[in-house]
Amino acid sequence: MDRELQAEELELLATGAWILGAGGGGSPYLSYLNARNLYAEGTRVRILDPAALQDDDLVAVVSNMGAPLVGQERLADAQFAAKPVRMMEEYLGRKFSAVMSVEIGGGNALQPVLVAAVTGLPVVDADAMGRAFPEAQMTSFAIAGLPMFPLTLADIRDNEVIVSRAASWKWMERISRKVCTEVGSIAATCKAPRTGKEVRDHGILYTVTKAIGLGRLVHEARRVHDDPVRALVAAESGKVLFKGKILDSERRTTEGFLRGRARIEGLAENRGSRFELAFQNEFVVGWLDGAVAITVPDIICVLDTVSGEAVGTESLRYGQRVSVVALPAPPILLTPKGLEHVGPRAFGYDLDYTSVFERAA
Amino acid sequence: MRRIGIDVGGTNTDAVLIQGAEVLGAVKTPTTEDVTAGVRTALAGLMAGRGNGGEGIQAVMIGTTHFTNAVVQRRDLMKVAALRIGLPASAALGPFVDWPPDLAARVRGEVAMVRGGHEYDGRPLVPLDRAAIREAGRRFAGGGYTSVAVCGIFSPLTAECEDEAAALLREEAPDLRITLSHDLGRIGLLERENVALLNACLQDLARKTARAFSQAIQDSGIHAPLYLTQNDGTIMRAEVAERFPVYCFASGPTNSMRGAAFLSGIEDGVVVDVGGTTTDIGCLVHGFPREANNAVEIGGVRTLFRMPDLLSLGLGGGTEIAGDPARIGPGSVGYRLTREALVFGGTQLTASDIAVAAGIVEIGDAGRVRHLDRGFVSATLARMQAMIAEGVDRVKTEAGEVPLIAVGGGSFLIPERLEGTSRVVRVPHHAVANAVGAAIAQVSGEVDQIFSGLPREEAIESARRQAEARAVEGGARRESLKTVEVEDLPLAYLPGNALRVKVRVIGDIA
Repeated sequence: MDRELQAEELELLATGAWILGAGGGGSPYLSYLNARNLYAEGTRVRILDPAALQDDDLVAVVSNMGAPLVGQERLADAQFAAKPVRMMEEYLGRKFSAVMSVEIGGGNALQPVLVAAVTGLPVVDADAMGRAFPEAQMTSFAIAGLPMFPLTLADIRDNEVIVSRAASWKWMERISRKVCTEVGSIAATCKAPRTGKEVRDHGILYTVTKAIGLGRLVHEARRVHDDPVRALVAAESGKVLFKGKILDSERRTTEGFLRGRARIEGLAENRGSRFELAFQNEFVVGWLDGAVAITVPDIICVLDTVSGEAVGTESLRYGQRVSVVALPAPPILLTPKGLEHVGPRAFGYDLDYTSVFERAA
Repeated sequence: MRRIGIDVGGTNTDAVLIQGAEVLGAVKTPTTEDVTAGVRTALAGLMAGRGNGGEGIQAVMIGTTHFTNAVVQRRDLMKVAALRIGLPASAALGPFVDWPPDLAARVRGEVAMVRGGHEYDGRPLVPLDRAAIREAGRRFAGGGYTSVAVCGIFSPLTAECEDEAAALLREEAPDLRITLSHDLGRIGLLERENVALLNACLQDLARKTARAFSQAIQDSGIHAPLYLTQNDGTIMRAEVAERFPVYCFASGPTNSMRGAAFLSGIEDGVVVDVGGTTTDIGCLVHGFPREANNAVEIGGVRTLFRMPDLLSLGLGGGTEIAGDPARIGPGSVGYRLTREALVFGGTQLTASDIAVAAGIVEIGDAGRVRHLDRGFVSATLARMQAMIAEGVDRVKTEAGEVPLIAVGGGSFLIPERLEGTSRVVRVPHHAVANAVGAAIAQVSGEVDQIFSGLPREEAIESARRQAEARAVEGGARRESLKTVEVEDLPLAYLPGNALRVKVRVIGDIA
């Protein structure tokens, strides 16, 4: 029930994770470089089917936290990523059986791979978002009402912090954010540990495989000069919402988030139409000619029309030829409780969830 | 006062002699293997028939693609040492990570990583390990290295660590030429370090080339200082410029854009430079090329520093055309155009032949392309023009119509009307616009730095003073300095009133 993550899959995972980032999550480039180096030194990482987890297995949920700009100077590092996992084991007096990512979208998809390379733990083929989201309570574990503590946080120097208890997900976010800022706005964290049963019941499963698959489709389509965007939507039951070029984008950073809007002018079959996107780190709402066309938690991706490469919200610029693509959100996010945590209202939009997909009855 | 501008391109060396706003003479000659022979030929051509020889020439400005080509072709590069300051952070991704293996094999020398560096707010990350830097300096000297790149975490924010490391290295290894990353790059450790490493590995070639140029000028009977053109459209005295060869990257297209602005009198618009092999498209903002703000790959190495934002298309006068419907490029006959194109008696159908057959330009013998099918000719020309139109649209920063300035030997491929442009402007001497751009260049000083804990006005003033000092070092007359750009951007995601301030000043040569 586990298999070796192949060397060539690292790049595919990075490409696929960047797409599932829905414009956010941070570029996986630096984490990918780390993983590639570790593989070049002979390290191998195993991927574990979540069905193989025992009920009382303990799973470490890891992420890298902080300002993307700081991550450009203080670079991802496997030893550093593994530090809070060891702290948590010490604190709990128990050993982990496996490690998983809190979010499969963006750079954090590679975080458990780096931890696994150092600790030898297998990486569970699952995460807690199925994409990227900006806040800690936007996870399937939070939606399921699981406890959010304890949390361990490590700095590159000899600073280690354990948040043993927090009154709510919001308090956990506030306290850990404060500590993170103090140590230089970048920290490696290990979130509240999960049991094997919790991961099986409330995790979003097989997302590592999904991200690798997305990456493979795009790379393969590029190799044979096929249309990567078309290949992607065909294989993932996605939809191309709009093809055009970016007309303008405005960005501002508020409360630690990158917020803004982008307007896209239609080309080809969309000539004469306009598409508008709002983002808060990730793309949140899309309007076609002024009417709401799609909202979170559907996965709204902006891809380079030619290469299929994901375009992050921080690098949207005039003239880029892009395709807006929707991928279905994990079903847990579409439940009433799910929409409370990650629906449009959770992002401050007075809108009902609007999807381009048929909803299961 | 007269000035000579020379642009040493991959194919041609172009030179002009200007006086004020007037172009007195222009020469185009093939670029030679050793680069300077072409410069000598060009200078001889400019001087021919001018009785007073080199008298009255105030300055010679040379732009060259030589350093870019050296990186791309992996030749004349030094093996360099690298010093990274920032442990225990970023330990896993050391210098040269993700370089193409063939380039790394040529350039990568001794690497040292030591403790030090800064936080985003300027606090030290950990105390600087001075002993380790001295020890690295001794190892570099012992290993016979003469060039080193130094890169510290968050050095664009505060250069303290890099400056102190340079002083320590100098004490241990006095002959070492030292490139400090904060002098060149921006936030983005690997990309900035890469720029510093490329700069370090070009030190010998830059010195040799600048001195050969100086010699060529002297031998031509001209007694004027040499300036090298930079990729922001300005110049620096050769003695300063030779320390920063990476600033010469992409100076060719930059010179074209500056020349186009000067010749047309248009400060804001799109410049399309159609050469023999490629078309470079860029935006003019207040007479200067717009800067790229994304990572740019040079010879397969990711870099992030001051580069013009350019789109390069595989379309030029020498572009090869094959099949029907036509496959346009990307191959080109390049400088062999005047031998190999149909209109010049050759056997290769090129973009120029299509243009002659379509009647939009008269070069060579039109009779040699009369047999081409009219429908094929007009369809192929339309597709080439559509390529240019799409390129222009991609480069524009705003939706409105802007003027287009057409320059370069192949600019006849640009149609008279282009969607998204208000008009297509053609200028005299357009084929040597790059050399004109070099000849008219001024000296600049620039600072792009993050300031923490200073009020906005003080931060801008501090940046301005640094920029002015750099301009004067580059050869500007202090009294002539003008501030041409002030930009400040609050970095809301960083606490402590962090402010990114960019100031650029420009002045006349002293």
